[in-house]
Amino acid sequence: MYSRMLVLRFPQDIVDRPIVCNLVREFDLSFNILKATILPGQDGLMIMELSGHRKNFNRGIKFLEECGVKIKTIGQDINRNMDKCLQCGACTAVCPTGALYIRRPEMEVCFEPEKCSGCELCVAACPVRAMEVHLRNASGF
Amino acid sequence: MSKYQVTKTIQEINTRIKQGKAVVMTAEEMIPLVKKKGPVAAAKKVDVVTTGTFSPMCSSGAFLNFGQSVPTIKASRVWLNGVPAYAGLAAVDIYVGATEPAEDDPLNKVYPGEFRYGGGHVIQDLVAGQKVQLRAQAYGTDCYPSRKLEKEVTLRDLPNAILVSPRNCYQNYNCAINLSNRTIYTYMGTLRARAGNANYATSGQLSPLMNDPYYKTIGLGTRIFLGGAQGYIIGPGTQHNPDVSRTPGGVPKKAAGTLMVMGDLKEMIPRWLVGVSIQGYGCSLAVGIGVPIPILNEEIANYTGVSDEEIFTQVVDYGYDYPNGVTKTYGEVSYAQLKSDSIVVNGKEVPAAPLSSYSRAKEIAETLKRWIAEEKFLLGEPQSPIPGVHGK
Repeated sequence: MYSRMLVLRFPQDIVDRPIVCNLVREFDLSFNILKATILPGQDGLMIMELSGHRKNFNRGIKFLEECGVKIKTIGQDINRNMDKCLQCGACTAVCPTGALYIRRPEMEVCFEPEKCSGCELCVAACPVRAMEVHLRNASGF
Repeated sequence: MSKYQVTKTIQEINTRIKQGKAVVMTAEEMIPLVKKKGPVAAAKKVDVVTTGTFSPMCSSGAFLNFGQSVPTIKASRVWLNGVPAYAGLAAVDIYVGATEPAEDDPLNKVYPGEFRYGGGHVIQDLVAGQKVQLRAQAYGTDCYPSRKLEKEVTLRDLPNAILVSPRNCYQNYNCAINLSNRTIYTYMGTLRARAGNANYATSGQLSPLMNDPYYKTIGLGTRIFLGGAQGYIIGPGTQHNPDVSRTPGGVPKKAAGTLMVMGDLKEMIPRWLVGVSIQGYGCSLAVGIGVPIPILNEEIANYTGVSDEEIFTQVVDYGYDYPNGVTKTYGEVSYAQLKSDSIVVNGKEVPAAPLSSYSRAKEIAETLKRWIAEEKFLLGEPQSPIPGVHGK
């Protein structure tokens, strides 16, 4: 079982087409949509966890790309500014996926982008705004 | 005859520091020594134990004097980068408090508010050498005719800038949970509904007042690490309350002692004075503080050997109890439990998260240790004690 958290960007000319359903139908993959902003006439954004057999996963990704979907793993859109981070741990209280966690016994605050679901709860919970998330679609909302 | 087998004075320890002979350990390093060799052997070996804490401390602020200009002014209202400062002092003296939000901040009108910029951020910007916009209004007098003033200032321009915090360094603090049915935003961070998380806020075994629980070695004049520079304890802080229930080892089981501290802002560094925005609550300032504990005898050595397993705090509900002044505990937990990832409240496992940086607290204790080893830091002799437990 292979699984990745992905950020999909749909150019405005394809947002009216059924695309992600084909991941299930044609490639035997399952997905969990965590966030979706798809509106007519605008670029769309979707965050999903895509899972399945590694081979099918790669075929599914290829299919999405052929449809014109721009794909990134979520880690590429989320950054922890280490100059700002105080290593306090307030973010770990709100992170639902355990992407932000404390390594013990050093009590170091760690971030694993692969586990992040892009919920952005940490952004405002961080007292120094060290979490930088760029999950906005091209039209800017 | 002394009741102690080991006795040292602060002067003797300072002599050893000057000779480069003093043995200094962090509070973390002291634990295994006291546990293995006992307090007498530890007291013989070690001269100073260094502690540290780095956490938002709301009762913090700075006195600034911004110098006269021509025509002269007796400022009655002053803003720094839009953040109001208290100007009810002499002509160009002000006090900027850590939790004062910028005047145009939407506060909690859009709930939960972000509180992006406030007094703590002004202090951080000044310490970082950045330009700060100062605006003043005055009513005009014969000796101070000017009615308004606007200028850019930097920390270097200010004739005086002194960090004076009425309450820092809380000795222990609540572990906060939320038993209500909605997420709440508090000074103890975001608390998810139905005890979704438990937040706590001290560095436990490294925390200054956990290592001298009865304030036997410190007082007005104790030199400390403050904001990356050398500062001083100037007395007990506001809400200092030593008379609370304690463990057999003397450590308070809830919030107890506090310290009032001061230091020259011009010597401090921004790594250890950081403006913070606490969602839905307000602005504050994270302050780095480290207190050196002189090991005057085996009793003090024993105190500094305290570990997270022996330090406890109370689980308090911030959903209903705290805002309604209800004193109720949902259990006593040790810092070892809190740091282990989760605690148990009402039979339910609750993930625990710190608001105070343990790794940075450790860095402070290590920095203070290095300063002493390099003979850059001598212990200050307390001139007046911090009030201890009543009748003791």
